[in-house]
Amino acid sequence: MDPTPFIGLSAILFTIGCIGVLVRRNAIVIFMCVELMLNASNLALVTFARVHGNLDGQVAAFFVMVVAAAEVVVGLAIIMTIFRTRRSASVDDASLLKY
Amino acid sequence: MVLFWMLAPVMVLAALGLLFVRKAVHAALLLAVVMVCLAIMYAMQDAPFLFAVQVIVYTGAILMLFLFVLMLVGVDASDSVIETIKGQRLAAAVVGLLFGVVLVVGVAQVTITTVTGLDVANKDGNVQGLAQLLFSKYVFAFEATSALLITAAVGAMVLAHRERLTPKRTQADIAAERMRDYVAHGKPLGPLPSPGVFARHNAVDTPALLPDGTPAETSVSRVLTARGTIRSAPDLADDIDELTRGMRADGEVRPGAPGEAAAPAENDDVNPKEK
Amino acid sequence: MTSSSASLFPRLAEEGGHAVPVIHQVPADGVFALLWVIIALPALGAAIILLGGGNRTKGFAHLLGCATVLGSFAISLVSFFALLGRDETDRSVGQFLWTWVDAGSFRADMALLYDPLSALFLLLITGVGSLIHLYSIGYMEHDERRARFFGYLNLFVAAMLMLVLSDNYLGVFLGWEGVGLASYLLIGFWQHKPSAAVAAKKAFVVNRVGDIGMALGTMLVFATFGTVAFAPVSEVAGEAPTATMTALGLLFLLAACGKSAQVPLQSWLLDAMEGPTPVSALIHAATMVTAGVYLVVRSNFIYDYTEVAQTAVVVVGTVTLLWGAIIGCAKDDIKKALAGSTMSQIGYMMLAAGLGPYGYAFAIFHLLTHGFFKANMFLGAGSVMHAMNDDVDMRHYGALQKAVPVTFLTFAMGYLAIIGFPGFSGFWSKDKIIEASFGESTLVGLCALVGAGITAFYMTRVMLMTFFGQKRWEEGVHPHESPKIMTVPLIVLAALSVLGGLLLFGDFVTDWLTPAVGAVAHHELAFAPWVFSLIVTVVVAVGVTIAWLTVGRNEVPRTAPQNVSFVTRAARADLYGDALNEELLMRPGDRFVTGLVGFDDKGVDGVVNGTGTAFAGMSGTFRKLQTGYVRSYALSVLSGAVLVVVALLAVNLT
Repeated sequence: MDPTPFIGLSAILFTIGCIGVLVRRNAIVIFMCVELMLNASNLALVTFARVHGNLDGQVAAFFVMVVAAAEVVVGLAIIMTIFRTRRSASVDDASLLKY
Repeated sequence: MVLFWMLAPVMVLAALGLLFVRKAVHAALLLAVVMVCLAIMYAMQDAPFLFAVQVIVYTGAILMLFLFVLMLVGVDASDSVIETIKGQRLAAAVVGLLFGVVLVVGVAQVTITTVTGLDVANKDGNVQGLAQLLFSKYVFAFEATSALLITAAVGAMVLAHRERLTPKRTQADIAAERMRDYVAHGKPLGPLPSPGVFARHNAVDTPALLPDGTPAETSVSRVLTARGTIRSAPDLADDIDELTRGMRADGEVRPGAPGEAAAPAENDDVNPKEK
Repeated sequence: MTSSSASLFPRLAEEGGHAVPVIHQVPADGVFALLWVIIALPALGAAIILLGGGNRTKGFAHLLGCATVLGSFAISLVSFFALLGRDETDRSVGQFLWTWVDAGSFRADMALLYDPLSALFLLLITGVGSLIHLYSIGYMEHDERRARFFGYLNLFVAAMLMLVLSDNYLGVFLGWEGVGLASYLLIGFWQHKPSAAVAAKKAFVVNRVGDIGMALGTMLVFATFGTVAFAPVSEVAGEAPTATMTALGLLFLLAACGKSAQVPLQSWLLDAMEGPTPVSALIHAATMVTAGVYLVVRSNFIYDYTEVAQTAVVVVGTVTLLWGAIIGCAKDDIKKALAGSTMSQIGYMMLAAGLGPYGYAFAIFHLLTHGFFKANMFLGAGSVMHAMNDDVDMRHYGALQKAVPVTFLTFAMGYLAIIGFPGFSGFWSKDKIIEASFGESTLVGLCALVGAGITAFYMTRVMLMTFFGQKRWEEGVHPHESPKIMTVPLIVLAALSVLGGLLLFGDFVTDWLTPAVGAVAHHELAFAPWVFSLIVTVVVAVGVTIAWLTVGRNEVPRTAPQNVSFVTRAARADLYGDALNEELLMRPGDRFVTGLVGFDDKGVDGVVNGTGTAFAGMSGTFRKLQTGYVRSYALSVLSGAVLVVVALLAVNLT
């Protein structure tokens, strides 16, 4: 199996995730886009593990998943707290820290 | 490879959908599609453990967490299409596409000639191989992740926890408030009457009848009232007349004469007010 | 300073026809083991009084102050006779106390040197000091802060003793600064008077200029000889280059000018009269102001090798003796007239000290006699002021000889001594200096002779204005004689003023000082010594006569006449010494500082503030970038990421 298409797919998914973070305003959807980027990088890691013939890439992907899980837990808790106080999940509403 | 070319367009489309759908729930479902497809790709690339983890942790746990939070925040909230930051969309599209192009060009520069494959590494099984690495080479990182997870759990609890700002209401408080409401507004002290009392058939959409034969509106759920599926009072009155004639024919004494009890009459007076 | 350097015979280095003495010390034994106590006693007294505080020591401070100095005097006296009983060759006693500084190659000991020179100084300081302490008990009786006054006096005595007893230049420097501090504190003792505070400051600042000479001289001594102790320096002094010796001589001369109020650093002494009169008598007449003379005489092993510095000393001395005498003629303030006289007399001493070995002994001799009669006259002036309700203007005195007879008589003794009336102490000492200066140069001799005439004039003027003529007293002033505690010291000092000349009997002083300052080389004079004495006496008589004709015969106006000659006006203005300092030093310094302040305000601050303003403006502009929208920030992060990837790619492609 040629690994290049996998890498290409990973790059495309990552780019879509980036653009998603930039254009969406719902904090939860932005979070999903971040997850998409993480998953895209995981795909690249798994592919490279196969190319190099050792499992270190898969271990790295595993760690990414663990960190992502922790991040999601905390991130969603933060979103909930913000929502509770501001009644809004839009990231543009929380823009008080400025000039 | 066939499988890849089948899945890849689906994934790209689903990911693009993430950008355009207006409802967050739909976005979450589209993300689920991408993740399941990814899991299959892991399986294709000799990573059965990651396949399982991807399905269980990501699609199972993390996405469910997303949906759960969505439910808390409001399922039916959808984004407005008006952009608040001037030029953000255009700039994001330009920079994002530029990034993608550069990435793809960069990937295209590299030509991978030999693919070693994981047959050797997975000789003793994929899970065993991963475990070998995790508990030898990466044991410190692994331990660190455990600390990270605990910290994250505690942090989430702290963040989600809401301080009680008012003292908890005791049963005595509630009883006292009921009494106050009764004195001030005449709200009934006890529970509302249950529907279908003295009804011709035992149904929740039939209001209970008061001793004087009038229907008790409060005995029927407000939801049913709003839907209009409640049976109207005149209909019931006909039934009652029919019933009383039959009873008289039987020569029995009608139970409960009008004006006999004061309390129900009072209830009667209250009901129209509540409407 | 240790026993190893002791020698039975002083080695005299032959240089230019006269002998430069080399100091060889013998270890201190017997009564000399108590040398350190001489300094320690007044130091202890000062510590107790000053650290104990005025209120706690009020009851006994004056007694303690007198007791310590009297104790020191007793030890000094015993030591003096012990030294007298020794061979002439081992009259330099060294006492090592402890190593003061030991840093690398620099080593300075806290060690004392007791030789004929310091012996005489000890007697003068502790003897006159004791008398003045006693006098102060009466003089300062009504001052609330008398305890503190005695603390300061003891501090001064301790520092002065340190100055003359130390066996190295660093120790001298310690005492030098100590007496400077004590002088500052005592001039400004009545600090509630702005004039006193300013005078104290002035004395301190002017002395600082001289102290630079002292400090640099000490450093140069160390740099040249590798040690600051007198004994080793005197041993190898002849081997040092003449230029270095000249530099050392001039630096120490600068120091002496500052401390001894010699031209050009003379301006502080007249203002220093703001201090209490015992202070003027002790510090600014008898002891501290002679420290410069002591330094020159003590450094004889330096001056003997440099004619340039010696000439400079002579010039400074000559100029000052005339300068001070002229100022003394015009002053109506009795203390300032005496202060001018002090300057003038120290000028004589400096002149003598500049003449070399022949003059050293006469400088010290005149220093001693001057210490007696000038202290006597200052204390007498204090007694007069005491009688006149602290009025210092002589135009308000007159006809006091009946009112204060004891003061008058003692003052008269001092007067006769200072003008050089035959037989009195000043006659012997001044006469010798004038004689010696004629041996050096006729011009200098003439100046000294004229100085003697002027001295006679102004002292007679003081005498006449104070004690004779008409009463010009302020209303409500009832002169009365001072108490015994004040008159007894006056009588003792008057006796010393009369009899001080006995020290020259049988050339005692010159022989006594020979081990310390070198053998006397006799000059060949144009006339016999008695002719000189006759000439000097005639000149003095002329001065007295002129004073009698101008002051004594005429009515003295109660306010100073303003339409006077230019010379009188100049003398009243201290010969424009202050104006000169102001024009030459203060104004340029002022302008320089003003310029620097302007540069600091405009230039330095401008750059600093300009930079600040520029950054503030830039921040005002750039902060607009902080929109608060997290997605904008994310966009810039992504842009950065793009740049990084492009850079990586560019590196890979090339």
